[in-house]
Amino acid sequence: MSIAARLRDYGLPLAAFVGVIALWEAVVRVNGIAQYILPAPSRVLSTLIENFGSLATAWWFTIKITFGALLLAAVGGVLLAAAFALSRTVERALFPFAIVLQVTPIVAIAPLILIYVDSTTAALLICAWIVAFFPILSNTVIGLRAADPNLRDLFHLYRATPWQRLRLLLVPSALPYFIAGLKISGGLALIGAVVAEFTAGAAGRETGLASRILEASFRTEIPKMYAALVLVSLTGVAIFLVFNVLSRWLLGRWHATERRDLE
Amino acid sequence: MAAALELDAVDKTFATGVQALAGASFAVQSREFVALLGPSGCGKSTVLRLVAGLDAPSRGAVRVAEASLSYVFQEPTLMPWADVFDNVWLPLRIGGLSRAEARARVATRLDAVGLTGFEHAFPAELSGGMKMRASIARALVTQPSLLLMDEPFGALDEITRGRLNDDLLSWWQANQLTVLFVTHSVLEAVYLSQRVLVMSARPGCVAAEIVIDAPYPRSPAWRTSVHYAQNARAVSEALEAASVDQVR
Repeated sequence: MSIAARLRDYGLPLAAFVGVIALWEAVVRVNGIAQYILPAPSRVLSTLIENFGSLATAWWFTIKITFGALLLAAVGGVLLAAAFALSRTVERALFPFAIVLQVTPIVAIAPLILIYVDSTTAALLICAWIVAFFPILSNTVIGLRAADPNLRDLFHLYRATPWQRLRLLLVPSALPYFIAGLKISGGLALIGAVVAEFTAGAAGRETGLASRILEASFRTEIPKMYAALVLVSLTGVAIFLVFNVLSRWLLGRWHATERRDLE
Repeated sequence: MAAALELDAVDKTFATGVQALAGASFAVQSREFVALLGPSGCGKSTVLRLVAGLDAPSRGAVRVAEASLSYVFQEPTLMPWADVFDNVWLPLRIGGLSRAEARARVATRLDAVGLTGFEHAFPAELSGGMKMRASIARALVTQPSLLLMDEPFGALDEITRGRLNDDLLSWWQANQLTVLFVTHSVLEAVYLSQRVLVMSARPGCVAAEIVIDAPYPRSPAWRTSVHYAQNARAVSEALEAASVDQVR
C-alpha cells in the first residue's frame, strides 16, 4: 500500500479522533467545567489508572459474558440454521419463536430470566445470547440457500454425497453471510451483556462494567463512570476489529466485500 | 455409428405452466458435433438439462447411451472461494480422488486449455475467457464421452470467442467426444458443427436440420469462404422460417 493510501486509511480517522479528544480537553479546561459534570479526557484516564484493579476484574467479567454469549449464539445459530436449511417444516415451526425472541426488548425479558435462573452469571449469559443469536441465524439460513444453482446442478451431476455437498458447496457459500452475521452479533452480545447487567443491578465480586457504572452513578463519581464506559467502548471496538481481520483472512482473496483491488 | 443420445417426442411443461418443449425429437450420433440453434427462450437449455438428467420430460423419452457426460454452463460457474486447481479437481474430488492422486490429471487438463501457471489464481483474478477455459478443463478432467455446452461463449468478446471455438474443435477431436452445443449464434453454429438443429420458438421442437459438409480442421480462412456463407444463409433462413411459424 502506498504512503498516501496508508495516510488516508489510518492517518485521517486517527487524526480526527485525536482532534475531538483535544477539543474536549480544551473546552473543559478553558471553561473550567467541574469534573462531576464533565471530566476532561486526562481526568478520565487518570481515574481509569487509579481504579484499574477493580475495573479490570469487572472488565474481564463483561468480556467473559460477551464472548460466552457470542460463542453460544454462533453454535446455536448455525445449528438452527442448518436445521432450517434442511427442512422447511422445521423452519416454519420454529422461526416464529426466533422472531418473538428477537423483537422483544431484552430489558423487558431480563427481569423474568433473572427470576427463573438462579445463577446471575447464567442469566446474563442467556440475555446476551438472546440478543446476539438472531443475526447469525437469519444470515446463515440465507447463506445456506445462496449457493449458485448451477453449482448445485454440477454437484448433482457428479453424484456428490450430502456430506460433500455440505462441506464443499453449502458451507463456503454461507461463509460470507455467516461472517456478516457474526460482525453484527459481536456488537450485540456486548450490548446484551451490559444491558442485562443493568437490569440485574447485581453487586459483589462476580459483576461486570455495568455494575461499576451503576455504583459510580449512585456516588456521583462521574470520572469513574466515564472510565468504565471507555472500557466498554474499547471492548466493542476490539470485537469489531477482530471480526474485520477474521473476515479479511477468510474471504480476502475471493469475496467482493473484501477485495481491495476492486476499489 | 450408434446414437449417443436420442429425444423421442419429448414434451416438457414446468410446474409454472410454461411449456418449454412440444414434440422435440432428434438423435446425436457418437463422436458427432451437433449445434442446437434457436431464439432465446425456445427451450434449448431445457433440452440439455433433460439430456443431463437434471430434469425429467413430461412426456416422451430421453435416451442417453454415453457412459459419462459433462456440462458446461453459460456462466463459468466456478467456485469463487477455490483456486483454479481446486475448481478443476472438484469432479475427481467428489469421485474420491485425493489432491495428490488428481494432480497429474488436473495438470494435463490445465495444460490443454492453456492455464498452466494459473493453478493458484482465484476466479475473481481471471478474465472471462480464462474462467471459461477453467470451466472447460473441469468438464474434461473426468474424460467424459459426451459434452453438453449451454451457450458457453455467449458472454465473451469476438476475439476470445473465435480462439475458444478453434480450441474447442481441437479438444473435441483429441478427446473423441460427442458434443451437443447450444448457441443462438448462426455463425458459431455453422463454424463449429457437423449438423445444425434449428429449434422453433417456444414451445420448442426441432424445426429443421442442416448438415454442414465442411472438413475439419476448419481454419479461420474458411470463415470467409463462399461455402461458409452459403451454409450460414441456409441456417439463417431455416431459423427465420422456424420463428415465423411461431408468430402465426
